[in-house]
Amino acid sequence: MTATSLTSTQGAGRTGDKIFSGAALAAGCLILAVLFGVALFLVVQAIPALTAPAAEIQGGAGFFAYIWPIVIGTLIAAVIALVIATPIAIGVALFISHFAPRGLAAGLGYVVDLLAAIPSVVYGAWGATFLAREISPAYNWLADNMGWLPIFQGPASATGKTILTAGIVLSVMVLPIITSLSREIFLQTPKLHEEAALALGATRWEMIKMSVLPFARPGIISAVMLGLGRALGETMAVALVLSSGALTASLIQSGNQTIAAEIALNFPEASGLKVSTLIAAGLVLFVITLAVNMIARWIITRHKEFSGAN
Amino acid sequence: MTSTLTPVRSKRSALTKGQLPKYAPYIVLAAALIVGAAILALIGFNAFGWGLVSALLFAVGLVSWSAAVEGSRKAKDRLATCLVVGSFLVALLPLVSVIWTVLVNGVPGLLNPGFLSSSMNGVTGVYDNRAVEEGAPVLGGIYHALLGTVQITLLATVISVPVGLLTAIYLVEYGNDGRLARAITFFVDVMTGIPSIVAGLFAAAFFFAVVGPGTKTGAVAAVALSVLMIPVVVRSSEEMLKIVPNELREAAYALGVRKWRTILKVVIPTAISGIASGVTLAIARVIGETAPILVTAGFATSINSNVFGGWMASLPTFIYTQILNPTSPANPDPSSERAWGAALVLIILVMILNLAARLIARIFAPKAGR
Repeated sequence: MTATSLTSTQGAGRTGDKIFSGAALAAGCLILAVLFGVALFLVVQAIPALTAPAAEIQGGAGFFAYIWPIVIGTLIAAVIALVIATPIAIGVALFISHFAPRGLAAGLGYVVDLLAAIPSVVYGAWGATFLAREISPAYNWLADNMGWLPIFQGPASATGKTILTAGIVLSVMVLPIITSLSREIFLQTPKLHEEAALALGATRWEMIKMSVLPFARPGIISAVMLGLGRALGETMAVALVLSSGALTASLIQSGNQTIAAEIALNFPEASGLKVSTLIAAGLVLFVITLAVNMIARWIITRHKEFSGAN
Repeated sequence: MTSTLTPVRSKRSALTKGQLPKYAPYIVLAAALIVGAAILALIGFNAFGWGLVSALLFAVGLVSWSAAVEGSRKAKDRLATCLVVGSFLVALLPLVSVIWTVLVNGVPGLLNPGFLSSSMNGVTGVYDNRAVEEGAPVLGGIYHALLGTVQITLLATVISVPVGLLTAIYLVEYGNDGRLARAITFFVDVMTGIPSIVAGLFAAAFFFAVVGPGTKTGAVAAVALSVLMIPVVVRSSEEMLKIVPNELREAAYALGVRKWRTILKVVIPTAISGIASGVTLAIARVIGETAPILVTAGFATSINSNVFGGWMASLPTFIYTQILNPTSPANPDPSSERAWGAALVLIILVMILNLAARLIARIFAPKAGR
């Protein structure tokens, strides 16, 4: 009697265990399947555009001629964003980790996180209505005084809706990402290294240069790569801010376009081959960001193994 | 007279010699502000320029004074401090500017009659022209967009939380850091970096292939948002499950409790505050996503409460369309008023969710000690 009741409860428990671990495993595999599915469905839907005769693709010169100017435009916008955001983000992270008074540091970190909480469409609207208007005098100045540089060639856009404005808005959006990751790394610097540097008579800046920055370099690089991934894929800032056009070298004229904005602006009204052209463009964006993110994650995991030694 | 001066002199010991006094930065700051105001008065005053010029003057003044008195090493240190503090102030500028812009433009939009309780159904450019030319109230509201945002986000949450939580449980409780667990961790990290528009395209392509070309409903948008939300839920839940003390699990096993009941009754209740706040933050992150909804749910101007049929509006896409394609191209002001009102509502929603996450984490945190 006891034996049978024992086995029966055991049986019930075992089924529960199996169902539960099975569900957990299935959820984990579902994530892998989704990522695989993202690639698969994009490829399937993109094939018509890749195999269609060149004349039927928008622009009439085939998919490659369609995609490369907007790939370059995407890279230009992302590079502008990183050139602006990286030094500021590292400065902000250093300020929060090593310069701000202890009591304030957590609160200031939260303030920077607020930047990440604001939805991208609000940044886009801010860039399109406020920043573009305020910054266009500066573009006129650049065109007048630095016009001999190809990137500042005039005449400047009267509305200020240029790739440089879009890049500035993007830099605001990637700033909190780079800041929060580098802040984490800076705080992980071994206290003994810092104190040893200070004990040798180093000033605070020399301490940071000798102990914090060398320790954090891989972390900063991967933080910047993750910011790059975000900047490449960000849609709204560019779609709302930039008045797009053909690829131009000048950053202060209207023109250029990014992949994400191209999709957002055209997909809602697209049909037929245009849909698969845009999905193919999305596939290109996916591959680029995937590569960037994987390199960043690879640097982080490699770094993790080394930092354990401290 | 001389006898009172000598002791003051002697207080300046060799240790403090060659250093700027503690109040030196304040003197330089005051001087920089005054000189900056004077320079700006000559070329036309504005607050932004005053701040910029004064900051530059402050940095140059303090560093050169320090270089003269303290030597180059201290001067470099002061320069670095100026740059670091300066970069923080520069980072604050867009935050303040965005919030200010949204408040100034959004409050009038929010105060329009029926802004929260009516949709854009039947609101055409004619009414907007009338509002501008004759001062009639700005019609139309965001009720349909609010409804769509809530429904799409809820459905996305219903999809993502079980999948994300179960994956986190697999990684922490069953994975044993094996090859599959490491692969999942790596790809979850990679998934965090998927551009939101690609997630939207994936959901669109998936439904185009399965249901039929041109399928655009709230449910498609919810699937797109889940792709963005699942990795966030997995990461935060995983962190929370990891910090549940192993003693609790071992105590449960020692009492003969099955593993799944241990997880359900011991591990998850202990970690629930962290998990709930992580989920709330994930909702806050996806509620403002525009691009995936744009390509999956289309735009609607009327109320649609069916997630599985028909185009659906949402707050972010409402803002986007009102700014990019004003209802009345001749008079875009009423449209931008509505857009900023919607932006204000969206930011308030996101802030409430962020605050709620912090409160949940604090209130439901397991009591430490006895």
